[in-house]
Amino acid sequence: MATVVHSKKSCAVNPLKMSQPIGSALAYMGINNCMPLFHGSQGCTSFGLVLFVRHFKEAIPLQTTAMSEVATVLGGLDNVEQAILTIAAKQKPSIIGISSTGVTETKGDDVDGYIKLIREKHPELDHIALVYVSTPDFKDAFQDGWAKTVTKMIEQLVKPVPVDAVRNLKKVNILPGAHLTPGDLDELRDILDAFGLEAAFMPDLSGSLDGHVPQDFTPTTIGGITLEEIASLGFSGHTIAIGEQMRDAAVALEKLTHVPFTLFDRLTGLGVSDQLIALCAKLSGNAVPNKIRRQRSQLVDAMLDGHFYFGGKKIAIGAEPDLLWALGNWFTELGAEIFAAVTTTASPLLERMATEEVLIGDLEDLEAKAATCDLLVTHSHGRQAAERLKIPFYRIGIPMFDRLGAAHQTIVGYRGTRDLVFEIANMFIADAHEAHTDTWYPAMRQQEQVGVAAEAH
Amino acid sequence: MSSLSGKIQEVFNEPGCEKNQGKSDKERKKGCTKQLQPGGAAGGCAFDGAKIALQPITDVAHLVHGPIACEGNSWDNRGSKSSGSNLWRTGFTTDINETDVVFGGEKRLYKSVKEIIEKYDPPAVFVYQTCVPAMIGDDIDAVCKAASQKFGKPVIPINSPGFVGPKNLGNKLAGEAILDHVIGTEEPEYTTPYDINIIGEYNLSGELWQVKPLLDELGIRILCCISGDAKYHDVASSHRAKAAMMVCSKSMINIARKMEDRYDIPFFEGSFYGIEDSSEALREISRLLIEKGAPAELMERTEALIAREEALAWANIEPYKKRLTGKKVLLITGGVKSWSVVAALQEAGMELVGTSVKKSTKEDKERIKELMGEDAHMIDDMSPREMYKMLRDAQADIMLSGGRSQFIALKAKMPWLDINQERHHAYMGYVGMVELVKEIDKALYNPVWEQVRKRAPWDEQTWEDVADAAIAAEAAAMAADPALARDKRRATTICNCKNISRGIIEDAITEFGLTTAALVSEKTLAGTGCGSCSDKLGKIIKTIDEWNQPVAGAEPSQTQHAA
Ligand code: SF4
Repeated sequence: MATVVHSKKSCAVNPLKMSQPIGSALAYMGINNCMPLFHGSQGCTSFGLVLFVRHFKEAIPLQTTAMSEVATVLGGLDNVEQAILTIAAKQKPSIIGISSTGVTETKGDDVDGYIKLIREKHPELDHIALVYVSTPDFKDAFQDGWAKTVTKMIEQLVKPVPVDAVRNLKKVNILPGAHLTPGDLDELRDILDAFGLEAAFMPDLSGSLDGHVPQDFTPTTIGGITLEEIASLGFSGHTIAIGEQMRDAAVALEKLTHVPFTLFDRLTGLGVSDQLIALCAKLSGNAVPNKIRRQRSQLVDAMLDGHFYFGGKKIAIGAEPDLLWALGNWFTELGAEIFAAVTTTASPLLERMATEEVLIGDLEDLEAKAATCDLLVTHSHGRQAAERLKIPFYRIGIPMFDRLGAAHQTIVGYRGTRDLVFEIANMFIADAHEAHTDTWYPAMRQQEQVGVAAEAH
Repeated sequence: MSSLSGKIQEVFNEPGCEKNQGKSDKERKKGCTKQLQPGGAAGGCAFDGAKIALQPITDVAHLVHGPIACEGNSWDNRGSKSSGSNLWRTGFTTDINETDVVFGGEKRLYKSVKEIIEKYDPPAVFVYQTCVPAMIGDDIDAVCKAASQKFGKPVIPINSPGFVGPKNLGNKLAGEAILDHVIGTEEPEYTTPYDINIIGEYNLSGELWQVKPLLDELGIRILCCISGDAKYHDVASSHRAKAAMMVCSKSMINIARKMEDRYDIPFFEGSFYGIEDSSEALREISRLLIEKGAPAELMERTEALIAREEALAWANIEPYKKRLTGKKVLLITGGVKSWSVVAALQEAGMELVGTSVKKSTKEDKERIKELMGEDAHMIDDMSPREMYKMLRDAQADIMLSGGRSQFIALKAKMPWLDINQERHHAYMGYVGMVELVKEIDKALYNPVWEQVRKRAPWDEQTWEDVADAAIAAEAAAMAADPALARDKRRATTICNCKNISRGIIEDAITEFGLTTAALVSEKTLAGTGCGSCSDKLGKIIKTIDEWNQPVAGAEPSQTQHAA
């Protein structure tokens, strides 16, 4: 049980948080042939673009309505219309995903109204889906932008299905939170595969941002879930939502289509993986395959070997709520202590964390609390703090711009958890301090030295 | 905001800008900022530009007043290096929330300055304005003034909110801010006849240090580099320099020119990219210093150093030259670096097969032309497919570019080298040139290319085959159907600012018998934005007869007017 505290500072120093619209844009990037579009000034888009390019090391589709100072005063109808027309002509997407920004929210642009007008005026655009989500920069954070966007797409693009419809019980919808990597999605796909279940990810970054060499170049997103697949999500047998942030999306999908859902607030760890596997067995009616059983026993073994190094370790984590929850619980389950927890935005999970206090704050706060910790866990922006504190630093989350392979970092299921145990344990081992003469009685040693120095004179 | 629009006007009127001198008053008022195309724009905002220009000042706290988007999504992402303080890499932002948007963020800003001074005690705080607080009317000038008085420390307003324009406008507005509030406010401990400023150099990857030892050896002191590895005190006392070098194309011309006006510091434009350019720059620095009273023997020493360094650099490049001569380089980069790098590559014996001018000013382009002769390929806007086709057609051996095109080049399995802002290698001066050649050699001859270009044993075709087939099919379709080819040609956008297609321009030329690019601009508005397409307009006029053959089966040309 934790107390949730909001930072009292006026000035955020070394931000942990990133803005809502880019979380929203990332969700759109998991849709096939989509062009995400920010309604705002071009700079916001440029920063988002650079951030994703540096994280995924991929070309990123993202456009802007390029609001000038004058346009922000007059309102953005013309800009939204022009942007949609230009994108429709140039990139020919199936869907344009629009997110607002601070600039256009301050003015109060009625984008839903604009879209209505544009629809009336341009019937030639009828074949392109237009989705709009309100994501002001000055509210909420990255994972909120992602979650709102997934919910909105479900509400707008999924075909309603009556209770008694015939469903494909082998098909399972998966609603992943923003903290899952393409690698995590691949792992889940493998697991479901092993049970003969077919996974439909909404959104699906595993096809679009998993770092492969594509068959052809397109200026929009490649891979990802198609609009047809989204429309038919209601014919699946079950929905698995991952991360508390996805609850609204799962509820919305159930309301529309009566597909029941199971929400996993995390999938890193033995117990939660067991629950996932049990669910898969139940949904598929198949026994747990040998491959999965072996993976489980490997994880158990890894935990036995690893627990020596985790026990009593003090961990400082800075992450968005769902990632913080996943990592924090997992560390606790291995005997480590969450000594410092900093996050970006509110979540019902925070007060359930097994730590004294969860701070909605920044990396300066985390650094201050991490001084006596054994490990710092946060995204790449923690690098300066780790350097100053001289403690091991495990990078996780977005952005990860100073290491390769961010898209493939996998921490879900037995295998993901097993590898994480090894990786972190190895960091502790590498950082182990060998005993010195003064390790146990540092004060005495000092006196001795003083004594020796005095004698020498 | 009125003072800000005044500043913007002033920057547009910059007399040091040759492009401006040829403009009418009215044109000049519009400035050189490209009108942005919704749905077709790329590039950073004026705030981004201001931050790029000033953030390399190492001991200052750079505080961004705005919502989390402006700083949270972008902090600590620049490659500048510091020999001292690392405070510049700390991200400070007011991270304003909904309440601030409703009631104003000035109080939060003031308190933020206070917190920073209490915790970090920097010699100065720079406050960057962004769009949302500018919209709600937060007066950062007033807050900075009050804070400065209260805390007895310079608190400098950098008034360059994103939506006033693109990056390069922000560079200039940042320059104005330090001209107004910083330069000339402190005195150096001492001065020498050998004091210079270097303006527009950001010390990316520490490249300034590839040149500084040479200046040290000559006894020339960099009083201040604006802004790479600078300290606040350096900038504040930079008005005592004897001469200045401006390196970064035009992005900080206003600083160089106004310092010449106000403090009688003569400047020249030069570059430390490439061997000859470096020598030229060293000579010019010495010449200006001597003009301003330094002993004439400085030049002899400079020449001796140049001779030594050049010989050394050539000797170091020699082993690579054999491997690189005749290799084709495709250069795709915006602005600044384009023209500087071209010279360097040619020195290494490489052949240049194209260069892009996106984001460049017109002068940059002129320089590339000068250096590359008339045949310079200018690649403006390109879809990824087109880029692949160009790589293939150009038969380039390596591509040099910045950031975004990297992944397309690599997916096309094309050796690639980063020469933009985030690059990890320093390429300045004589040693830098050798470094660049080494890197190109490493990239070109890496055995990885041979492996990744092979298809999997079970694949019938590589994806290149697929792409080639698609391109061939497209070409065949066009050859078979002249009308289609014509439509496609006519549909290409010529003027990106005003979104004017080639068809509209061709029609206007034939209908009104237009003979100059200016006339075309008048009729169609093409070329009235940033002006970078005026060359293309000229070319279309020249070749209009060729294109304008009536095509069997095509609709008779319908005249469209932009109006
Ligand atoms: S355009 Fe405005 S709101 Fe967007 S990043 Fe630039 S300054 Fe910030």
